[in-house]
Amino acid sequence: MISFVIIYYAFLILACCVAAYYKYRTALLILFTLLCVSLISGLLGGADVLVNITIFVALLAAAAGLSYSFRESLIQVLPPEGAKLMRTAPLTAAFGLLVIIAYIIAAVFAPVIAPFGEAEVVGSSFAPPDDVMLLGGDQLGRDLFSRLIYGARNTVGIALLTTAIAFIVGTLAGLVAASMGGWVDQVLGRIVDTLMAIPQLIFALLLLTIVGTSVINLILVIALLYSPLIFRLARAVAGNIVVMDYIEAARLRGESTWYLITQEVLANITAPLAAEFGLRFCFVFLAISALSFLGLGIQPPTADWGSMVRENATLISFGATTPLIPAAAIALLTVAVNFVVDWMLHISSGLKE
Amino acid sequence: MTQDQSVLLEIKDLKIEGYSDEQWIEIVHGVDLTLHRGEVMGLIGESGAGKSTIGLAAMGFTRDGCRISNGTVLFDGMDLTTATRSERRALRGSRIAYVAQSAAASFNPAHKLIDQHTESALLHKVNTKTESQEDAVELYRRLRLPNPEEIGFRYPHQVSGGQLQRAMTAMAMSCRPDLIIFDEPTTALDVTTQIEVLAAVRDIVDQFNTAALYITHDLAVVAQMADRIKVLLKGDEVEEAETRKMLADPEEDYTKSLWAVRSFKREQKPAPPEGETPLISVKNVSASYGPVQVLDGVSFDIHRGRTVAVVGESGSGKSTTARCITGLLPPTDGEIFYDGEKLPPRYQDRKKDQLRNVQMIYQMADTALNPKKSIGEIIGRPLKFYSGLRGADLKKRVDQLLDQIELEPSLYYHRLPSELSGGQKQRVGIARALAADPSFIICDEVTSALDQLVAEGILRLLDRLQDELNLAYMFITHDLATVRSIADVVVVMKEGKVVEMGPKDVMFKPPHHEYTDLLLSSVPEMDPDWLTNLLEQRGTDNIGEAATQKKT
Repeated sequence: MISFVIIYYAFLILACCVAAYYKYRTALLILFTLLCVSLISGLLGGADVLVNITIFVALLAAAAGLSYSFRESLIQVLPPEGAKLMRTAPLTAAFGLLVIIAYIIAAVFAPVIAPFGEAEVVGSSFAPPDDVMLLGGDQLGRDLFSRLIYGARNTVGIALLTTAIAFIVGTLAGLVAASMGGWVDQVLGRIVDTLMAIPQLIFALLLLTIVGTSVINLILVIALLYSPLIFRLARAVAGNIVVMDYIEAARLRGESTWYLITQEVLANITAPLAAEFGLRFCFVFLAISALSFLGLGIQPPTADWGSMVRENATLISFGATTPLIPAAAIALLTVAVNFVVDWMLHISSGLKE
Repeated sequence: MTQDQSVLLEIKDLKIEGYSDEQWIEIVHGVDLTLHRGEVMGLIGESGAGKSTIGLAAMGFTRDGCRISNGTVLFDGMDLTTATRSERRALRGSRIAYVAQSAAASFNPAHKLIDQHTESALLHKVNTKTESQEDAVELYRRLRLPNPEEIGFRYPHQVSGGQLQRAMTAMAMSCRPDLIIFDEPTTALDVTTQIEVLAAVRDIVDQFNTAALYITHDLAVVAQMADRIKVLLKGDEVEEAETRKMLADPEEDYTKSLWAVRSFKREQKPAPPEGETPLISVKNVSASYGPVQVLDGVSFDIHRGRTVAVVGESGSGKSTTARCITGLLPPTDGEIFYDGEKLPPRYQDRKKDQLRNVQMIYQMADTALNPKKSIGEIIGRPLKFYSGLRGADLKKRVDQLLDQIELEPSLYYHRLPSELSGGQKQRVGIARALAADPSFIICDEVTSALDQLVAEGILRLLDRLQDELNLAYMFITHDLATVRSIADVVVVMKEGKVVEMGPKDVMFKPPHHEYTDLLLSSVPEMDPDWLTNLLEQRGTDNIGEAATQKKT
């Protein structure tokens, strides 16, 4: 252990010196901060903390390396335009893309990848991880790993569908309000105000209690609750477009409102809407997980990350990490989507380094 | 004159690069410039010539995404390219001042003029607050601002555009700088207001022996202001000479072409036969935005194949008249006839054919073309919409139109507006109007956002199209040179009323209505003595807004 500690510090100090000598300012600052943190935590927590730090840094480096090789191979594979776009992508965005692709593959090929069925009881309840059940069993003895993979299909699929519906409804209404103005704008605006006046989660619980819990109801209710936010965004950005001279020219030509919003306005607001889509997807996703956790979302035995956290929550008191794995799956996707969204916002804002 | 005439600013082999598409591109290719104390140098050139970039570099500043890659900027012996940030900051505002194009955008609307005025004097610890306030009043007086004691305590929105521009010049003088950089200070102003700013700038430069760089694209203005003129083209110097010599005898072909720009003049067409039904007839039209009345009983006729120029200052109701004719703003009173037939006041109520016949070309080609649509789609849409053309027929007609506006179809059909220059965009705007096969086109300040050479090309194109297609134009403009070159009939508007109207040859000969006279005599001429003579003739208190008010 002592040799590990000596090598650890020696390596860090050497790296700091190299960075300083070659004037890599950022690298030097990061390394030196790491050195200081290691010194303090090493004094307080002993060598184990240093091992954990090493593992953590190694994981980060592995993720960065993976993202880097993923991005570079995409640049090689994609046609020129896509390659040019990827070249501007930061590593975080490449990492986000990689994670999202992995989730999509898991969701689409769930029955092939998962070793067991979604509701199949394999072992004893709360069985510890072994060669058969990679992540152990849940409270009924079902394979947690298989349910995690099926959960991707249900949770992500439903969230995607919900967000899409919310966007279609919200964008359309927003564009109509912006381009027609007058009383249409007023009526739509007041409806939206009313919907937004009620706290979302409470309203969702209320509506789901009234209409009953089924997957379709869940999708429709959450889409309804999220469309006002998209309405407001679409109306605001379209408001800047409809005052342009080319819209006036189209109006004077006698074009219909439908042509105006689909042909002239929509193409000019796709960037902010796409960015919002990524962000809103995360919120919808978390809302569904929250509802499932409360028991009003996706119903058992369908696998869903939110309810998986709730079902295994008792294990936390025994210090097991099992309930945290589905939670981590949620967190990882949220982070990944946000990385990609940040990148898209950066592109659409036209900022340069 | 015993004033100090030593060299103040010396720029040598200045190269500036801009960052675009992931590489550095040189935008100024080695320009030299020497400016003595008390001297005014005019920098002229088209947009993209690097005038403003050089002007800013004279302060040791570059815009974001630009860098000075070579050369030195010696200001009073100090190299600004190698000076530290704080050294340069100490100079700016105190020894070098900058006057921007739009004073309205440069003043902070939340603070009073005088507070903004004293800011740099306090910052550089030149004066105490009271001293610099007294100094501000003195400067306002010298710049002949009305109520110099009181005007500084107003907010920027409470004074007019010309006054604001003068207040900004006063602000630049607050620390008595050695050098002022004027970046198109009068471009956004009306001709009548422009004069007061020009006179003020010239006075101040004379009185304090200040050196100045005067950046503009208007040759007539630079002829009044500058001692020496430097002509720039695409980041290169074309030539430099003393003003009178440059005007009388330019050496380079490019300079000659700039000088010749205002030569385009079309013969006035004969008056239409007596009793012909006018194509467009505006009768007693009044209109208002909310409670504010902007048009008051406007009447005029436009005949087939003729051009009617509507002139007046900003706010005189020129564009509002156009909005009434197109139906965007239904008039509160009065009627508009198309070929003897009454047009419904709202465009929504008009028939497709009525809409088709009245087309519009906009001032800002940037906002008039959908940035996400290709040129082919933009021009093709009216064809599809009105005549139902499809497929190969549509493509053929679009190609014809592109030929007509002198753009090569195979090159431009698939391009996006962002890939065109300003003049080319304006041409596409014209093609879109032509695609509807109209008989009447409203041209709303179509050349005012363009460089003079490009603007002349557009005017020639419009003139040719008029001959070929027998179009009638309503030409809204504040530029009387444009009127001189293209109009058949001139309508002068002021405060929502038509003050005078008649054929061009009559209108440009005295006697005029007083207001027309004021407008005409305020247009700068290429003669370097023009401003001096005009001021002698009118008196220093009788220019700009003061003069406008007297004629009311």
